[in-house]
Order: sequence, then C-alpha cells, then structure tokens
Amino acid sequence: MLNALTLVTGVAALLLAAWCGWAAYRDQPTKDWHFIGMAVVSLLALVQLVIGIVQLARGEKPEQGTTIFVAYLLGAFACVPAAGFMSLAERTRWGSVTVAAGGVVLAVLEVRLFDIWGG
Amino acid sequence: MTAVQEKPARLISGPGMLLVWFYGVMVVGAVSRSAYQISTEFGRAPLAYSLSAVAGVVYGFITYTLVRGGETARRAALVCCAAELAGVLIVGTWTLAEPSAFPDATVWSKYGMGYVFIPVLLPLSAMYWLRKASAREGA
Repeated sequence: MLNALTLVTGVAALLLAAWCGWAAYRDQPTKDWHFIGMAVVSLLALVQLVIGIVQLARGEKPEQGTTIFVAYLLGAFACVPAAGFMSLAERTRWGSVTVAAGGVVLAVLEVRLFDIWGG
Repeated sequence: MTAVQEKPARLISGPGMLLVWFYGVMVVGAVSRSAYQISTEFGRAPLAYSLSAVAGVVYGFITYTLVRGGETARRAALVCCAAELAGVLIVGTWTLAEPSAFPDATVWSKYGMGYVFIPVLLPLSAMYWLRKASAREGA
C-alpha cells in the first residue's frame, strides 16, 4: 500500500517537474493550472504522510529507523508547497523552474522513502 | 535614482529564487541529517557528522543573506560561497585521499556525489549570480 503510493507520488512529482519545466522553457510563470497540479501532488504527499503514520501506529517498523522515516515523510509533504509559494513570489519563468526543481527533489525523496521503508 | 537605493537590492529575483530553493533544501538536508546523526551515533564518525553540521550552518547563513538582500549581504554571501566551495573541495579531496578518517559520509564527501554534485555546483552558480547582481546595480 505504502510502496504503491510512494511510486505514484514519485511519478506525479516527475510529471509536475516536466510540466513546469515546459512552462519555463516557454518563458511562462506558473499559472492556475500549475497550482492545481501542485495541490494534487501535495495531497498525494499528505495522504502518504497519514498512511505512513498509521502504519507506524499499527506497529510496523521501517527498515532504516522510525525517526528518519518520519523526517522524510514530513520533508516530502513540505517540498512542493514550499516551491509553490516561492513561485508565487517570483512571477517569471524562474518561478516555474523552482517548482520543476521542487518536483525533482520530491521524486528523489520518494526514492529514499522507498529504501527507508524497506521495499 | 535615490528612491531605489532606500530598499536593499533584491538578490532573489529571477534565477536567485532557484538558488534560494536549492540552498533551502541543502539547509534542511544537512541540518536534519547532522542533528540526527550527532544525537544518535556521534561516536561512530565524529569528524564526518561535525562537518555536516558546519555545512548546514554555512548553507543557512547563505540562504539568510540571499533573502535579506543588499550590498553587505551580497558581499557576505560571496565570502560564504567561497568558503563553501573551499570546504567542498577540501573535504571532497580529504575523503578520497584518506577514507579511513570518514567511517560515514558527510554532505561534502566525494565533492557531494551523494547529493548529485549539487554541493559543488551550487557555490559556483551562486558566485556567478552574485557577481552579476553587482554589475546590474551599476556599481
């Protein structure tokens, strides 16, 4: 369950990165549709955070330690919203680049989460 | 243009925003990593974990100066980026030359390979950006 969600969130993050990268390539700032996309990815990360905590509460143990697992879950959840707010402050193509970078960072976090949880 | 000079020059417009993002990510990465490792297993690799903590503090200071803006902050950020670059190069070479001193990796090990070489690329791009920012102000 958690691994499937990790995969979906990672792929969604990469799609978001590609989408915002395309906007940056065309010299456009992030628009409403991009923010809806960011909301979807953030929602996935939130669901992942909740399910991760539920799994912990049910007594399952991440392979590489609970503290690291929770830290990465929180980081994954905060990642895209943080980049989104920065793109609100920077209404040029560079705001789009920032969100694209945020998507890539989230994808990396998801790979790490997969390892930490223990496949 | 006296009216413009009253506000500190913004350093985070355009590409500067992307730099702040990456520095922010590195702050979270380096600080949380070293905090966790120092609190749980400091004895295993004290040198490596301390260096990660130092890296986190340097990243934090650069992020702060970038967000704050202004000429003084720009100079301070430039100095810190140079220190950061020196740190990456020294620690990176050190980890290659004497791996036994580092039972566990630091943020700057092998020139930041574990972080897709971002630690070595970041100060270079930041210094380029900060120098350009000075040219843009017209000195």
